[in-house]
Amino acid sequence: MSTNELTLTPSESPSLSNKLTISPTQTLGAVRRPVNTTGWREWLFTVDHKKLGIMYGAVAFVFFIVGGVEALFIRLQLALPDGRILSADKYNQMFTMHATTMIFLFAMPMAAAFANYFLPLQIGARDVAFPRLNALSFWLFLSGGLILNASWFLGGAADGGWFMYAPNSGPVFSPSNGVDFWILGLQIAGIASLIGSINLIVTVLNMRAPGMTLMKMPVFTWMILVVQFLLVFSLPVITVALVLLMFQRSYGATFFDVSQGADPLLWQHLFWIFGHPEVYVLILPAFGIISEVLPTFSRKPLFGYPFVVFSGASIGLVGFGVWAHHMFASGLGPVSVAVFSMATMAIAIPTGVKIFNWLLTMWGGKIWYSAAMKFAIGLVILFTIGGLSGVTHAVAPSDTQQTDTYYIVAHFHYVLFGGMVFGLFSGFYYWWPKVFGKMLDEKLGTWNFWFMVIGMNLTFGPMHILGLQGQPRRMYVWTEARAGEGFFNLGMWNMVASIGSFILAVGVLFFIINVIKTTRNPERAPIDPWDARTLEWITASPPKVHNFDRIPVVHHLDEFFHRKYEEDEATHTMKQVATGEELVRAEEAAADADIHMPGPSYWPILLAIGVGVLGMGVIYGTPIMVFGALVVLFSSYGWVLEPSVPESIDFDTPSTDGHTKEIAPLG
Amino acid sequence: MADIATHDTGHAADHGHHSSTGLSNNKLAMWLFLGSECLLFGGLISTYMLYRGRVQNGPHPSQIYDIPFTSVSSFVLLMSSLTMVLAVSSAHRKDDSKTNLWLTITALLGATFVGGQVYEFTTFYREGLGFTTSLFGSSFYSLTGFHGVHVSVGVIMLLSLMGIIKKNKITGDKAEVVELIGLYWHFVDVVWIIIFTLVYLIPS
Repeated sequence: MSTNELTLTPSESPSLSNKLTISPTQTLGAVRRPVNTTGWREWLFTVDHKKLGIMYGAVAFVFFIVGGVEALFIRLQLALPDGRILSADKYNQMFTMHATTMIFLFAMPMAAAFANYFLPLQIGARDVAFPRLNALSFWLFLSGGLILNASWFLGGAADGGWFMYAPNSGPVFSPSNGVDFWILGLQIAGIASLIGSINLIVTVLNMRAPGMTLMKMPVFTWMILVVQFLLVFSLPVITVALVLLMFQRSYGATFFDVSQGADPLLWQHLFWIFGHPEVYVLILPAFGIISEVLPTFSRKPLFGYPFVVFSGASIGLVGFGVWAHHMFASGLGPVSVAVFSMATMAIAIPTGVKIFNWLLTMWGGKIWYSAAMKFAIGLVILFTIGGLSGVTHAVAPSDTQQTDTYYIVAHFHYVLFGGMVFGLFSGFYYWWPKVFGKMLDEKLGTWNFWFMVIGMNLTFGPMHILGLQGQPRRMYVWTEARAGEGFFNLGMWNMVASIGSFILAVGVLFFIINVIKTTRNPERAPIDPWDARTLEWITASPPKVHNFDRIPVVHHLDEFFHRKYEEDEATHTMKQVATGEELVRAEEAAADADIHMPGPSYWPILLAIGVGVLGMGVIYGTPIMVFGALVVLFSSYGWVLEPSVPESIDFDTPSTDGHTKEIAPLG
Repeated sequence: MADIATHDTGHAADHGHHSSTGLSNNKLAMWLFLGSECLLFGGLISTYMLYRGRVQNGPHPSQIYDIPFTSVSSFVLLMSSLTMVLAVSSAHRKDDSKTNLWLTITALLGATFVGGQVYEFTTFYREGLGFTTSLFGSSFYSLTGFHGVHVSVGVIMLLSLMGIIKKNKITGDKAEVVELIGLYWHFVDVVWIIIFTLVYLIPS
């Protein structure tokens, strides 16, 4: 997903793209609508969910590299006792930015990349409900990410941990501007996520193809829907926390000033009411991806579809009631601790349901060990390990022993790296031919997989031992004097973890090499390389601008599969009646005439720049803020006055029966 | 954001397309946005409730609240909900001049409320309650300030809406756009009822 890919513009079918000619509309009488743009402008002003999805993915992958390099610095520092690579201050910045980058700038946007690209395709829609808001989400996310990382060059990054506990993150203990950049970057990225989540919920609820009831939706779409609800209701809470901290740091408010009688638990509650649902925001998209991959490569339908769907939804629901398990060591009182402890254990049930469903999906299937399948199986195993250590945290007495040790670090890396990242990589291999029309190399994929599995287990496995031995998190050095004996020797396991992290990095490098190799390979991927099951495969690869030549009518869960296979009455086995290619050709032959797509727009990117400048004004003074506000105001009005779809008269002549077909965003 | 969302798929209603839920995209999005806003105000109200009695410097809530004054401005805001309903109703009857009239009155009432808040803040400040004076001060100004900004944004949206109607620039269903801004307006009013009760009426 390097920037190289940006040149891989989907090639549209010439017959239809000619019909999509759009002529300019003027807005505010000043700026002409950027229609018919080509080259880089096509990307900058696009509102196409597929282009935005690719941009989300490319930017998120860059941040994945940045966060990964930060992690390598941490492991270099901790490889040997009395590490000298980083100072204490730099080390604090490093682990803060590693977590922040990985969570907010890699994991969430990468999930957004998949959601943006595949959600409309999976429900048979031509775009999302609000294409321009979709573009705004992307540019706001980028603007937030740049602000967050700009802090490295403007006086030092944030150093309070990704949870940024106040009062520790107040001006007394974090005097640099790092925390201010962090607050503003996250606020802006948060607005991006909020807009994106509203957009996707409306898309799923309102724009499904005819016949696609909620219980015929692909599981990936379902999980993304659950995640968007989590975001809609958890993001405002962290927004409040961030605003309070910003008021304290920049305008002298007293919210976290203990000398004024402030309650240090206020931040913790606000943060974790967001922070715990956030954990499911990270993992559920990966669950969704492998719920597509496992059935496809096991040649079986997903076992217990409704159970997978409802357990995902209940994970989301219960996920709102467990936040205080992050605060067991803070002295909440026995009743709170007991309640949150029980609720946390309860979450293991729907999660276990999912794992058994995946296992039973594979059970008896003709398993095809493709790279995508390897990563999916890797997720099931590694996530289960992380899930089991997670249950030990749910037991409050045990948790108070483990709090702030490497045992916790081991746990969440197993669920987030072993779970989420493996799910995303599974998705890369599975959907690459769909997005770019080319197959990623399977052999390199296997190297990619094994290096990542071995590297990840070597890195995070030993942390269980280190943590139970008492090595604390976030310490910038450890000393030989504290090392254990024999198998429990801290020195050995710290070294193993550091070596493992570099093996992991090599694994990621294999992926990058794979992408470069695939990009240079002229060979086109087949239409249906995996014998897949869902609607996104019933169109060209890469899909045309308007996704579907004809909006599919859905009769089954796994509609695409059921169009390819029918049950043989005599033997009760599935027999192939059509290939994917034939089905796509048939759709092309019956293409809709006069498909209207939303036009590109300047306003989303301009508005996002305005918001970024406005945010910088909090740090660099009122004049900058006023300038940013003016840009925001100008682009808001420009946006409102610009029709989302260029005027009807701008289009080609209507079809002969006088009926003009509109694209899905129009209802 | 609200006014942006309302226009994004303005064509939807024009052509009578059906959505899976029967609600238009715009309306569904507005409801989701307001659901999210509930949590935003929930966080701010919780912070205020936690901190309202914590006064180490400056005046205590009971010393500065002017309940009769705030009751009057609350009444003004509540009445603006009534006029907003009348505006929506006129818009549904496609009566542009009545719609314009009620929107104007709604905006005026909203502006009166914001003016009252500015007056109140100034008075409190003179009586010694600054933003940084105490936990009570910080959380009071943050909560009511956030609400005031919401009302101000609402007023700006109403004024912009009238301008857009006048210039005939609305691409979608005019009545629905009025209704969407109405939803936002009512939400902000309902939040004020909660704030007025919790902040002003219940003694700390």
